[in-house]
Amino acid sequence: MEKFQTLHSPAVPLPIEEVDTDQIIPARFLKATTREGFGDNLFRDWRYQNDDTPKPDFVLNNPAYTGKILVAGRNFGCGSSREHAAWALYDYGFRAVVSSFFADIFRGNALNNGLLPVQVSEDFLHQIFSAIEQDPQATFTIDLEQQQFTIDATGQSTDFEIDAYKKHCLLNGQDDIDFLLSIKDKIEHYEQQRQAAAV
Amino acid sequence: MGKTLFDKIWDNHLVSQVGEDTQVLYIDRHFIHEVTSPQAFAGLEKRGIPVFRPQQTVATADHNVPTRDQHLPIREELSRFQVDKLTENCEKFGVELYGLGHPYQGIVHVIGPELGITQPGMTIVCGDSHTSTHGAFGCIAFGIGTSQVEQTLATQCVLQRKPKRMRISVDGALQPGVTAKDIILYIISQLTASGGTGHFVEYAGSAIRALSMEGRMTICNMSIEMGARGGMIAPDETTFDYIKGREFAPKGADFDAAVERWSQLYTDEDATFDQEYHFRAEDIEPMITYGTNPGMGIGISQAVPEVPAGNVTFANSLKYMGLQGGQAMKGQKINHVFIGSCTNSRIEDLRAVAAFVKGKKKADHVNVMVVPGSKQVEAQAKAEGLHDILTAAGFDFREPGCSACLGMNEDKVPAGEYCVSTSNRNFEGRQGPGARTILASPLMAAATAIYGELVDVRELLNQN
Repeated sequence: MEKFQTLHSPAVPLPIEEVDTDQIIPARFLKATTREGFGDNLFRDWRYQNDDTPKPDFVLNNPAYTGKILVAGRNFGCGSSREHAAWALYDYGFRAVVSSFFADIFRGNALNNGLLPVQVSEDFLHQIFSAIEQDPQATFTIDLEQQQFTIDATGQSTDFEIDAYKKHCLLNGQDDIDFLLSIKDKIEHYEQQRQAAAV
Repeated sequence: MGKTLFDKIWDNHLVSQVGEDTQVLYIDRHFIHEVTSPQAFAGLEKRGIPVFRPQQTVATADHNVPTRDQHLPIREELSRFQVDKLTENCEKFGVELYGLGHPYQGIVHVIGPELGITQPGMTIVCGDSHTSTHGAFGCIAFGIGTSQVEQTLATQCVLQRKPKRMRISVDGALQPGVTAKDIILYIISQLTASGGTGHFVEYAGSAIRALSMEGRMTICNMSIEMGARGGMIAPDETTFDYIKGREFAPKGADFDAAVERWSQLYTDEDATFDQEYHFRAEDIEPMITYGTNPGMGIGISQAVPEVPAGNVTFANSLKYMGLQGGQAMKGQKINHVFIGSCTNSRIEDLRAVAAFVKGKKKADHVNVMVVPGSKQVEAQAKAEGLHDILTAAGFDFREPGCSACLGMNEDKVPAGEYCVSTSNRNFEGRQGPGARTILASPLMAAATAIYGELVDVRELLNQN
């Protein structure tokens, strides 16, 4: 996993609530057996017509909006556990998603792939949307070490929560699996204890 | 202070604490399928490590399989490759596979319980959000992403933040025509699609206790649709009777010993929850959804809610569904009915449908697809004559798989058309680009198939 320390970027606004993982990446694109290439079909049915021509009114097709941060309405990532949703956002180029509320499984999947979920208050989310409305190229700074999200133009900033262990993983580019493999003896010890208890 | 059912099982599977919030949880059973496992196996290969406890993992092919001609090679190339990849990985890593053609093949959350693999007190994970289904047996069962599938294969553990506890009690007697599916659609409509986020739910109360195991599975299955990671129901005689005699269930004296152990799995009276909700069974009507998330549900007698001022998401949702605020749903013409999915594809579901349909014909303009949850359900439906009743009514009876619940295979609903579906998600495009899904119980789906429009099944039952 790539390290995440600070991110300084404009943001893409998606002021829709309850964005489910079927919208992020529809099931018919889950047939691949590798992690790469899902970005092409990110938000496929919102982004393209049935004949594959881009829908001009969808934000990813509007050249005014760019950047590595996606800002979306509450309950982002609800629905299916498909990690392909996190892969698609990452593959497209996003490194952080900001929302006022995240679905549990999506949040975990994002963190496991170096995509930072930043949860802010509903009020602050509106301030971010208005900053982008005023200037589509407005920049934002995410400082993971300080757990701080800043609207650069106004200097307004807010703290965000992150699990201490996951923060450590992101800052250092470490996977959960490396950690779990490193405590294999503890796992085996647990198994032996349980077996002994069952006899 | 007493412990909740959830805490008892969780604490019993705790391997280690990592920092303040994160814990290492031991996993008893791991189910895998073709769609969310290939990248996990590739990860193991890259690291050059084996599956740590292959006997604790079971595989099946369900998400991306055709529901016709399963004895022939899969026609669609990418699907065939993905299903073949699962077979190859299971062979290479020594994992038991119930693939296409195997008498145990089926939807992963249908086969686990029916084979007796799912047992009270276990921790169960699967790369699928509806893993919550297994909670009906008094398990901690939840969906995981592919990175966690890889962790489980490699170490039989997942790193997890302990969720908060929620209890939802439903007491009283259900009206005739109201089923487990209506209970859960009602709960989600009250708590919204995010009302359970961050929590693990225990369902309790006399209306839940009165349900069969299959009804309880339907309830726990949809826990994720209100954002809860999982749902569970304390095991009781209904649970033990269901498990007894199943293929992988303990036998003889082992079974008796297991029942004694399982009988300890309940929430202590003085245990507390972070959140509690109470509902009355009598308040629940046959439910349907009108929008594009499972929280957008109403009783069949009710009208579509008006768009709250300035709510773009709600307005977009009604526009997608082709519905207006204030309109009645009863009488809405429907062209497609899908009976299947891990929510409602079990034998009791097919029995309920067949009992309603017997001697009747589907409306001419409706396409009805019935997809049994497993080969065993399919075989039993044939043995009981349900298959004959359904085909005589003009229903298309298919072979097992996830099918039109998620539209990964060719079973899709055409753009702009309405489908009354016994599945679990009415998201935009879930059943095919542009498809308009209305979630309902198997009984409501059966009635829709016969009348060609949304009807209040209570009125029909009164006539009989």
